[in-house]
Amino acid sequence: MCGIAGIVNLTERGETPSAGLLARMIGMIRHRGPDEYGMYRDGHAGLVHARLSIIDLASGQQPLANEDGSLWIIFNGEIFNYVELREELETLGHRFRTRSDTEVIVHAFEAWGEECFARFNGQWALALWDSRRRRLVLARDRVGVRPLYIRESGGTVWFASEVKAIFADPSVPRAVNIQALAQTFTYWASVAPLSFFEGIEELKPGSIRVYEAGGARRDTVYWYPKYPARDSDPSPMDVREATEALRTKLDEATRLRMVRADVPVGSYLSGGIDSSVTAWLGRQAKTGDFRTFSIRFDDAEFDETRFQRAMAATLDSRHEEYVVTRADIARVFPDVIWHTERPILRTAPAPMFLLSRLVRNAGIKAVLTGEGADEVLGGYDIFREAKIREFWSRQPASQCRPHLFDRLYPYLARSPKRAHGLAVEFWRQGLALAGKPGFSHDPRWRTTAMLKRFFRPEITSSLALRPMPDVLASLPLEFGSWDGLGQAQFLEVATLLSSYLISSQGDRMLMAHSVEGRFPFLDAGVMEFCNNLQPRYKIAGLNEKFLLKRMARGMIPAEIIDRQKQPYRAPDAISFVHPAAPSYVQDLLSEESVRNAGLFEPSAVCTLLSKLTERAQAMDQNENFSNTDNMALVGILSAQLVVRQFVHGSALHDGPPVRFTTMIDRTAEHTHREGQV
Amino acid sequence: MTADGLRTEIHQFIQKNFLFDDSKAIDDDQSLLASGIVDSTGILELISHLEGTYRLKFADSELVADNFDSVNRIIGFITPKLQA
Repeated sequence: MCGIAGIVNLTERGETPSAGLLARMIGMIRHRGPDEYGMYRDGHAGLVHARLSIIDLASGQQPLANEDGSLWIIFNGEIFNYVELREELETLGHRFRTRSDTEVIVHAFEAWGEECFARFNGQWALALWDSRRRRLVLARDRVGVRPLYIRESGGTVWFASEVKAIFADPSVPRAVNIQALAQTFTYWASVAPLSFFEGIEELKPGSIRVYEAGGARRDTVYWYPKYPARDSDPSPMDVREATEALRTKLDEATRLRMVRADVPVGSYLSGGIDSSVTAWLGRQAKTGDFRTFSIRFDDAEFDETRFQRAMAATLDSRHEEYVVTRADIARVFPDVIWHTERPILRTAPAPMFLLSRLVRNAGIKAVLTGEGADEVLGGYDIFREAKIREFWSRQPASQCRPHLFDRLYPYLARSPKRAHGLAVEFWRQGLALAGKPGFSHDPRWRTTAMLKRFFRPEITSSLALRPMPDVLASLPLEFGSWDGLGQAQFLEVATLLSSYLISSQGDRMLMAHSVEGRFPFLDAGVMEFCNNLQPRYKIAGLNEKFLLKRMARGMIPAEIIDRQKQPYRAPDAISFVHPAAPSYVQDLLSEESVRNAGLFEPSAVCTLLSKLTERAQAMDQNENFSNTDNMALVGILSAQLVVRQFVHGSALHDGPPVRFTTMIDRTAEHTHREGQV
Repeated sequence: MTADGLRTEIHQFIQKNFLFDDSKAIDDDQSLLASGIVDSTGILELISHLEGTYRLKFADSELVADNFDSVNRIIGFITPKLQA
């Protein structure tokens, strides 16, 4: 796991990228790879790399080249099937100098060109520089586990794992992209290719960007998730065969993530099924000490200690815990946003930031997590909610169909009828969209878009002229032929998984403390297998993750399988409105700061803050702010932090200079060649 | 309280708590749920405000959108109770 950055001039007579600037760029993301630094420079290109050594500790340094030194790579991530690819390449006559997966990529690219990426099973973002043809190839893994940002201007391309590395160049303008702001306040995050910043793109997951000498560019999508057509069954299996096949796939995916590492791999335990299963499989894959890590909450509402400890006991692991308080969340939130580089509507990433610190302090560099299971195997409430809404839409006058929501949200059944009729009215909205793309996500997007009422009028009118890109406008052609669950899964992967869960709440929080996450459920083979499953193996009736639960029986404690699914949440707005909240909250939400940032209406933010502050004092333990108010406060506060930290930039903190252990300087060679021409 | 006073007070509560802006107004017949002005927790905030301010007590069976989904519906529903 690592950080990469670079500058490439595609024009005939571009400037040679400055070594000082490249060093500052990689310095900005040193947290991604604090073990070693490397730089490559020629007359047109500069590539820098920060390394977190996990595979081939002795000889895996980067940048690394092919045999004749014409093709250079910097690479962030892991190709888990590199051993098998290497064997295949050796039979084709390729010879290797190192044991690293990085070198396999270079040879694979030489052998198969851009087709090579579809053969990789892993999590990566990389840059390949063909110095002879002056061609730059950027590529990213299937679902975007590893980040990659790009800026191009005047024949020059900047790219980096994180935007802050691009902002290390003082010539790069820094402004919020308000279309991305609008997407955030709809989908919960901006969706690639938009980044939160004007002029900076996020390379789309599962895609390749090629820049040719002269500046011509080409994008290729090599993968996106595909689902069965309605009423079809592409992989007919009875339930026993399907369970067995899932186990085989998942077992292999987890084993690869345990053994393809030259350092110990630990595991997160959330208390849910997903991480319990991957931890259990990981435990079987390797002998010796096994370390597990959990977040506990001071607030009983969010805490899952009992289940985490039950699983740790089953694993007989060395288990460590960190108890998160509201004060912790408020304290680390500015650091969290420094790493997410975009606003978030929930504080849930903050505990993950504290958890990766615990892991790092324990001396562990890589962990398994259960991320991805809910997306590929149908775990989320939004899928079941859509199923009920679809069923209800066929008889909209029915009084009993909406009672199915009680099964989904037991708090509805528990609470006296109070909330019930009104909640049902909420879901009734948009029922007429049944059968149309976006039906599943309409309640979420509609609720979230309510937050746009906080935008300043200038932002709103500018969005009227230049509306945000609608994810429903760029769906695959066959989207409409998929069954409802497949459509919902696709939208969930495209919006929430790639743009929030494995980035803001995943990679960024892990890498903040130099820890690599490994996600067996996002293995290429596992995703392919799960996506093709019949919908009823994912959600049987309203029983979510049916096949996974069946597989997990006998493996993990029954109480974890049979418990009511608890979405991972953390205390949200309440963390920021208590009397002891840090002073930055008041400061950033003051009329003056809000006006300076230019995104939100100062008086509206002021009213929100005083409403929540008053309510916080009046509320009893069981009450909470409304979902909308929670998202509004967290979203606005984090957007204000993004503006302060990245746009108004005085705080772009730059550490001590980086010391390079690998330095390849071919600038002189290049000048010489040009001289001969 | 006059009928106008009630109407104004409900508007102000909605502006302050859901629109966060005193200058924005909604139509008396506009659906609070369908137009996204309140979510389901928000409407409970509105109901407890009405119960607290006007010393009313609503039965669970009365808590349906028909009674609370617009300013006019609220007024139509609570006025007889206030006069009782």
